[in-house]
Amino acid sequence: MKKMLSGNEAIARGALEAGVAFASAYPGTPSTEILEAIASEYPGIHAEWTPNEKVALEVAAGASYAGARSMAVMKHVGVNVAADPLMTLPYTLIRGGLVLVSADDPELFSSQNEQDNRHYARFAKIPMLEPSTSQEAKDMMIEAVRISEKYETPVMLRTTTRISHSLGVVELGKENGVRKPSLERHPAEWVMLPANARVRHPIIEERILSLKSLSDSSAFNSIEMGDPSLGIISSGVAYQYAKEAFPDASFLKLGMSYPLPEELIRDFASRVRELWVVEELDPFMEDQVKALGISCRGKDRLPMCGELNPDIIRDAIAGGRPEAVEERKLPPRPPSMCPGCPHRSLLWALKRNKCFIAGDIGCYTLGFLPPLDAIDTTLCMGAGINHAHGMAKAFGPGKEKITAVIGDSTFYHSGITGLLNLAYNNGTALVVILDNSTTAMTGSQNHPGTGVTIRGEQTISLDLENLVKSLGIGWVRTVDPYDVKKTRKDIKEALAHDGPSVIISKAPCVLLKSRKVSGRALTVDTDTCTGCKVCIGLGCPAIEFRDEKAYISDMCVGCGVCAELCAPGAIGGEK
Amino acid sequence: MNVMMTGVGGQGIILASDMLSEVMMRSGCDVKKSEIHGMAQRGGSVMSHVRFSERVASPLIPYGKCDILLSFEELEAARYVRYLKKDAVVIINRYRLAPPSVISGQEPYPDVVPIIREKTRNILMVEGSAVAEEMGNARGVNIILLGVLSTFLEPPESVWIDAINTMLKEKIRAVNIEGFKRGRQLNSPVMHNVQGGMS
Repeated sequence: MKKMLSGNEAIARGALEAGVAFASAYPGTPSTEILEAIASEYPGIHAEWTPNEKVALEVAAGASYAGARSMAVMKHVGVNVAADPLMTLPYTLIRGGLVLVSADDPELFSSQNEQDNRHYARFAKIPMLEPSTSQEAKDMMIEAVRISEKYETPVMLRTTTRISHSLGVVELGKENGVRKPSLERHPAEWVMLPANARVRHPIIEERILSLKSLSDSSAFNSIEMGDPSLGIISSGVAYQYAKEAFPDASFLKLGMSYPLPEELIRDFASRVRELWVVEELDPFMEDQVKALGISCRGKDRLPMCGELNPDIIRDAIAGGRPEAVEERKLPPRPPSMCPGCPHRSLLWALKRNKCFIAGDIGCYTLGFLPPLDAIDTTLCMGAGINHAHGMAKAFGPGKEKITAVIGDSTFYHSGITGLLNLAYNNGTALVVILDNSTTAMTGSQNHPGTGVTIRGEQTISLDLENLVKSLGIGWVRTVDPYDVKKTRKDIKEALAHDGPSVIISKAPCVLLKSRKVSGRALTVDTDTCTGCKVCIGLGCPAIEFRDEKAYISDMCVGCGVCAELCAPGAIGGEK
Repeated sequence: MNVMMTGVGGQGIILASDMLSEVMMRSGCDVKKSEIHGMAQRGGSVMSHVRFSERVASPLIPYGKCDILLSFEELEAARYVRYLKKDAVVIINRYRLAPPSVISGQEPYPDVVPIIREKTRNILMVEGSAVAEEMGNARGVNIILLGVLSTFLEPPESVWIDAINTMLKEKIRAVNIEGFKRGRQLNSPVMHNVQGGMS
């Protein structure tokens, strides 16, 4: 049976066909839909959102130690969080197949960087598979589990946004039942104290040599001879782009791209006149091909930054000039916080108090855009609280209004330790936790504060205020961000407080059913409106400036913040 | 054949392009579709590429190779003209959603038709949003526009209806099928002539 599946859905399907029993993840674009598909389609696989990627990889490893086939799923920067267990896991004995899915984001469609996670495979000395279609995404998930069990190593399945989010035709295969777990003890292979780890290291080095032979014989690595005057080594979606640009060329298509198939590469290089390595981001394969003493071209012409496409590859290899494209100045349309978003009024209020706002990763990062212009730093998950603490300490007490904003999901991910540090080291910064009861930016996933699991089962709902207090913060207040006057008063009080303070801005995301706003659009009385633009300053997509007056479109959900700020009282009523 | 759909996050472009992909797969084609989720969901510009033929390599349409552009919003129709081939068919939903710089009064909403006309004269403005409003379901504009698009493609109506029946939950099927049929009637007789020029 054939089905249109995204790369992510295909990986989920592959997990089913491979007999995976355990899957864990923290949501992150472009990886999120893998675990969502498992949770909604395949009830036989245990699925869980974990607070962060380190936890995701460690629980999956635990399941593997018990003999269950398992997977941990994350976006590229999530692997940084999971890098600690990742570097030592290959030293340990892998029982049930263990697959790490890393979804990279060339072009930074929804990320803070475009790091090339293929380096992690080489760094951790684990095999890596790179699909170039949805069909391969499914097939390689199955192969990854097989390799993992046969070679007793974690395996990395690396996708990019264009693989994860593209749809293609997939031939479905047979489902595989899950294996029964069994309790075994392998202290010499699982207790990584120096004496044991020293013994395990040579095993990794020997394993990589056997994996090189596997790579040479893998069905996913193959030579497609065409015109021998141009030979292209490529992997992932770049292979498809190159094939589109040069359908008649010869290709060495690599699905298993670490370790590289050295014999196959030598053979291919000897059969073509001009050799190119076409890959997105870093010269990961190109450098290794050159280290074999084989001369080739690649990043001398192909860009290191951003994603590739067929036109870029054609122009680079054919040596032509990119077609001059007339740059049209059209009004940009960046993403923005939704009408009625509870983050908007909170950020506006902080800004009004002339605060420096260390930001974090989430929808509120969009508060960076004009007219709010409210976010001053964003580095990685959980960094904002630490930025604020470091800055406040550098200035000394009371000099500057240093604040941090962080979402609830991001706080559980990696904000807790930062807040503990701030309390422990007698910090003074104000931390605002924007609690919208969901992981909004990635499409509303549950987390430890929502009271339900990924499958909607009832579970604990973390008491945020008590958590913050037990971390040692004495001044904590929960505010309703739609009540702007009261919120501004509380912010002033928090800033005046001698010592660390936390404001929990609590209002559900407007995309959730539990949202507090009416959903009915407000209107502007144009006779009363003075055109002062205070409401425009909120940056709400529902408020336009037409004919020197404010105009509220039917995108409005009636949160009432603009009405509260409107001095002449021109905004009100419902349409 | 290369089809692009453009518009603004939240207009239902992903579902519409999923349906087109499903229909073409059922018609025996190899199909690839590519788009960007994530940040685009927050009111940003959205672009979806759907490619179908005997064998498709790249999930992205090369520049100058797009046969049909279906835009859910007027301005977004002009943003990606570099993908259009000469004489491509461009279907534009008559609907304007002001971007931030227009909202705040910094610049006017641009006139997009002259920009597109440099590449093609086959421009069809359709009242998709008006019909959706009239049907009392503003969110149903995607299925209406898909109906318009379907008249430029080979698969017969029945294949589309089958796909809608499989892909949508029962309680929203009837209204979507009605919307799809309304969309099919929005194509003007003049535009039918361009079909002969496409492969």
